Amino acid sequence: MSVDWLSILDAQGNVDESLEPELDTETLEKFYRTMVLTRMYDDKALKLQRQGRMLTFGSSLGQEATAVGSAFAMKPDDWFFPAFREHGVQIARGIPLSLLYIYWMGSEDANLTLPPKNFPVAIPVSTQVLHAVGAAWAAKLKKQNIASVVYFGDGATSEGDFHEGMNFAGVFKTPTVFICQNNQYAISLPREKQTASKTLAQKALAYGFEGIQVDGNDILAVYSVTLAALEKARSGGGPTMIECFTYRMGSHTTSDDPTRYRQAAEVEEWKKKDPIKRLRIYLEKKGIWDQSREGAMIKEITDEVEKAVKEAESYKPVVENMFKYVYADMPLHLKEQMDELQGFISKRRGDESG
Amino acid sequence: MSLAKLNMVQAINLALFEEMEKDPTVLVMGEDVGVDGGVFRVTEGLYDKFGSDRVIDTPLAESGIVGTAIGMAVSGLKPVAEIQFEGFSYMTIDQLAAHASRIRYRSRGTYHCPLVIRAPYGGGVKALEHHSEAVATFYIHIPGLKVVIPSTPYDAKGLLISSIRDPDPVMFFEPKKLYRAYKEEVPEGEYTVPLGVGKKITEGEDLTLIAWGAMVRVCQEAMEQVKDLSVELIDLRTLSPLDDRVIIDSVKKTGRAVIVHEEPRTLGFGAEIIARINEKALLSLEAPVKRVTGFDVPVPLPRLEDYYLPNAAKVADAIKEVAAF
Repeated sequence: MSVDWLSILDAQGNVDESLEPELDTETLEKFYRTMVLTRMYDDKALKLQRQGRMLTFGSSLGQEATAVGSAFAMKPDDWFFPAFREHGVQIARGIPLSLLYIYWMGSEDANLTLPPKNFPVAIPVSTQVLHAVGAAWAAKLKKQNIASVVYFGDGATSEGDFHEGMNFAGVFKTPTVFICQNNQYAISLPREKQTASKTLAQKALAYGFEGIQVDGNDILAVYSVTLAALEKARSGGGPTMIECFTYRMGSHTTSDDPTRYRQAAEVEEWKKKDPIKRLRIYLEKKGIWDQSREGAMIKEITDEVEKAVKEAESYKPVVENMFKYVYADMPLHLKEQMDELQGFISKRRGDESG
Repeated sequence: MSLAKLNMVQAINLALFEEMEKDPTVLVMGEDVGVDGGVFRVTEGLYDKFGSDRVIDTPLAESGIVGTAIGMAVSGLKPVAEIQFEGFSYMTIDQLAAHASRIRYRSRGTYHCPLVIRAPYGGGVKALEHHSEAVATFYIHIPGLKVVIPSTPYDAKGLLISSIRDPDPVMFFEPKKLYRAYKEEVPEGEYTVPLGVGKKITEGEDLTLIAWGAMVRVCQEAMEQVKDLSVELIDLRTLSPLDDRVIIDSVKKTGRAVIVHEEPRTLGFGAEIIARINEKALLSLEAPVKRVTGFDVPVPLPRLEDYYLPNAAKVADAIKEVAAF
């Protein structure tokens, strides 16, 4: 019951040349920039939340390689089904930052202009696994040459929908790539208390397909393994489960305090394995990155983030949308309820101005 | 258009057959729906005609069936998923409440979920535990779902076709007591019965009698016992979204109403109907509205089941009581 382990770029930025993917400078810079952008997006979101300008927010600090590496392995036409911590995938897939902020500031209107093949976040754990299998299955039935990628955490592997989804994918050989972001904790519950399985990836073996573990802080490894799994899926080889072994450097969300359930020493150990730092060393060694480029990029991203926040904060949600998108055609009782609310709003406004 | 005398199972089968033939995106999935033709034989013959890619025998996992069907539906297919019995539909509620019903809403119309879940429901067939329940109330309480229950073979075919063509997720509950109870003329070929529109089965002046599914037949039997009264019988057909105009207009005319359902009484759909009558027709009432329902107990096994279910005698008593108030 053993599964393979892949790592290419170690924590010190040393690359295993026998496994190093052939990527041009532009692509490597894009990887790096998107990881840094994700981290700065996250950081800004946390600050806004502390100021009461955002909802509860789950940071992806430390998990940027898993998100960005897998996202850039996908094609725009592949389906993407997130859980709720896949900010890096969303950014890499071209969802505008301002829309991401609008959502986490509290409005579904962010999804009005969601680019195709990107599903909105799924908050209930593991439920999205089935949707990804269904979408992949549909692609197979329609003979479309696309795959479907679903993200979930280590905790999700205890849920029934995960197992039903894996089972359906195995039985019907759907072109699905299951990406488990094993960040070692489901809120407070450590990975070893989630399951007695030695690895999460080995669960795939029970469903009749390949599972693989990868260093989730190594973007070259995550990219390579996802690319291979997607090619296999698109060419009729069926599903793959990828366990990205990573670490949630921050809290589960802004609502919890991780010092209650994990040791500072453990966090310090993982800091040494930072995914962004090791890619930067790699780029510097290759001579395609330096301090002045870093400074220019940080300034550029800072402006980009500020601009997105400004845009998001100026967005005013539309009250009618609360009723408009429940059914294709608004039924009578919802028209009545919408009128009731609008009557209340205009009466209040009248009272206030009078 | 030719007519054939069909029972409800045959009428539903015909609807599936015709819609699958007409629209290549329609597919049927569920436990034993393929080779076996379904435990009630509703999908009989579809597998031979359309093959295993469109009539899919799934693993035994209700949440898996509905969850994967959601993924198919957002990808442009129109899955008609069968849940073998209503008592096993609880495992689907998470996928339906958390996702199918909200995908349009959450994605602000970027995605929608044209999905039909068919499930036989209801008692009176001397079945095992969990095989006789009426659970529509759970689904009516989920905004974004539609809930449809036919009471005749003709309506079953027309409503199912409308449900398949509907762009939103529809729970289609089939009264298994009536599956083979009788035959009536059902046209072959295209016709639909619109969702969201109740049907006045009889015109009446003295009292409004409201039911759906298997209870419509019970009401018709009861009316035989109160022939001196002029009863207006309404079959709601679509419970959600409810167009209450047919109820309100009728109650304004008769001033009296009895509601019959086999679901348990507390928070059953009768409660909502009474609330609507209070909001929109209270001053027309000549008597308190009465409910004849299942009791607030688990559906008993067959030896006590007849005591649990509304029957013609109970309904006739209620009609007389409300009429005499």
